[in-house]
Amino acid sequence: MELVLALGIGILVASGVWLLLRPRTFQVILGLSMLSYAVNLFIYAMGRLAVDAPPLVGSGPPDPALYDDPLPQALVLTAIVISFAMTALLLVVLLASRGLTGTDHVDGEDGE
Amino acid sequence: MTGGWTQHLIVLPILMPLIGAALMLLLNERRTMAKRIIALFTVTALLATSITLLAGVAAAGFNSSPATRAYLVGNWAAPFGIVLVLDWLSAMMLVLTATLGLTSLIYALARWDRAGPRFHALFLLQLMGLNGAFLTGDLFNLFVFFEVLLAASFGLLLHGSSKARVKAALHYVTLNVATSLLFLIGASLIYGVTGTLNMADLVVRIPAVANSDVALVQSGMAILGIAFLVKAGMWPLGFWLPRTYAAAAPPVAALFTILSKVGIYAVLRVYLLLFGGDLGWTGSYGEEWLLFGGMATMAFGTIGVLAARTLSRVAGYSLIISAGTLIAAIGAGAGDVLAGALFYLVSSTLAISAFYLLIELVERQEALPAGVSEPVFDDEYTGALKEDGEEEIGIIIPATIAILGIGFAFCVLLIAGLPPLSGFIAKFAMIGGLLGLQDRITGSTWGLIALLIGSGLAVLVATTRAGIDLIWAPSNNPQPVLRLAEVVPVAMLLAVCLGLMIFAGPTMRYMERTGQSLGDREGYVGAVLSAQRVGAGR
Repeated sequence: MELVLALGIGILVASGVWLLLRPRTFQVILGLSMLSYAVNLFIYAMGRLAVDAPPLVGSGPPDPALYDDPLPQALVLTAIVISFAMTALLLVVLLASRGLTGTDHVDGEDGE
Repeated sequence: MTGGWTQHLIVLPILMPLIGAALMLLLNERRTMAKRIIALFTVTALLATSITLLAGVAAAGFNSSPATRAYLVGNWAAPFGIVLVLDWLSAMMLVLTATLGLTSLIYALARWDRAGPRFHALFLLQLMGLNGAFLTGDLFNLFVFFEVLLAASFGLLLHGSSKARVKAALHYVTLNVATSLLFLIGASLIYGVTGTLNMADLVVRIPAVANSDVALVQSGMAILGIAFLVKAGMWPLGFWLPRTYAAAAPPVAALFTILSKVGIYAVLRVYLLLFGGDLGWTGSYGEEWLLFGGMATMAFGTIGVLAARTLSRVAGYSLIISAGTLIAAIGAGAGDVLAGALFYLVSSTLAISAFYLLIELVERQEALPAGVSEPVFDDEYTGALKEDGEEEIGIIIPATIAILGIGFAFCVLLIAGLPPLSGFIAKFAMIGGLLGLQDRITGSTWGLIALLIGSGLAVLVATTRAGIDLIWAPSNNPQPVLRLAEVVPVAMLLAVCLGLMIFAGPTMRYMERTGQSLGDREGYVGAVLSAQRVGAGR
């Protein structure tokens, strides 16, 4: 499970960074989305991976080893909402830029 | 904890703008007057609250009782719940934010708030994000408030949309979203190792981290530092700053001068709190990076300011010089330097903000900026200057060139750090502090002093050149028309700087205590971790 998660984060970051450095605005947005997925998974992994462990302490014995860490999950939730909103906002800026400059190059003009 | 209702004042700088912005959403976009009144009222109340808080901190602190106060939001005990912390530094930053907010808002009322929709709501949300970032006591809420202020700043940057603004905003938004992701990686690495994000708790836990995990904490802190320094505009991370700020509407750029100081604040707070001690590796972690990075930033800003051909670029590079000075001073560390740097922070922020406001007035005769934009929403009102039932022109000030010239000269003296104004006092205090290090003066210290003086000279040369070109050269253009609402904020900002000069003694004492409190980590940790819950048995 650790290996799968690590590979997933690595591939997402690699593709995200590559797309982020591309010249077209849409690629940049996709890159940022992928990076934010990777970061969310990363935060999640920082709370340690556990299978079948509930995040909330019930009436059972208060032994931390039996439970999952709830805090990273709350952090991820916040991070998801924020990056979603930022992506939406970036899309609006993208459209405005496309409309005003007539090109989808990130600098507003084609380099060649 | 006793103190009655006044202890709840801490949360007001966050709540008031939030409520004000929420009220705006209920109002139709055409009801400009109501929106202006709400915004003006909120920001004035914000200034009053901040000054009250500052006075409270100063009164408690100078009576040699602990000045740091923690406020438990949601009434959970400290490392578990969300804490707001008010101390010397955050009180000072709150007052600075409210001052800039009020002046920029008054300036915007003259015409700029009508250049696009929802200016006032975004403006208030920006202030809420700033205040929250200055008050919060844990890393994750710092992230959340960073996002609030960034989201609002995206909207403000696009205010009065034009091609240049949209192009600048595309880069600015992308860069800041990527930076926020770095922030998250850094914060979660630190959480993964230490199990906490509360800053006071981190102070206790970081020295206890096992040797095998130290590298993880260090990389987490380094990534976090990069996120802060991108905001602060350290070379080579600050390449975006002059262009972005030059594209923004003048009142927005004037408010943005505090935006880059948020990065400085975060470095001051997190770095000095977590790595201020002298235990093991935490004692000197990252010091050289800040010192040399800051010096490189100053050099870069100096070259940039000499190369700048427009006034807004000059202002942008002055901002970079000011950020570099502060970063280098934090890296140089130690007592009196910090006090001078804090004085410099306040003085340079006010001066550059006034400068951004002045630029548009000076350059107005060259070209009138287009204030009308295409409607995006159905209820949007895009008439830039026409208003029913209102005087279009307002009071016109005579002798505009003289007023502009005097204001311009004031700004130049302040930013370049020439006597007798507060910019000089701040630089003098910093250099004095550096020379006072005595046994620890090295080549880099002399380099920093040379850069401090040299950058001031470069600013002076660049601004004088532009000033002669724009103000003091004979011109065929008609004199620019100024309105009272445009001159008053500039005058207010410069008056505050004058006040800083006249009352330099008390201000400097406050700064010295701020510098000391930043070194007093036990005081901070004690105040936060021992904060009593309301209703808990005493």
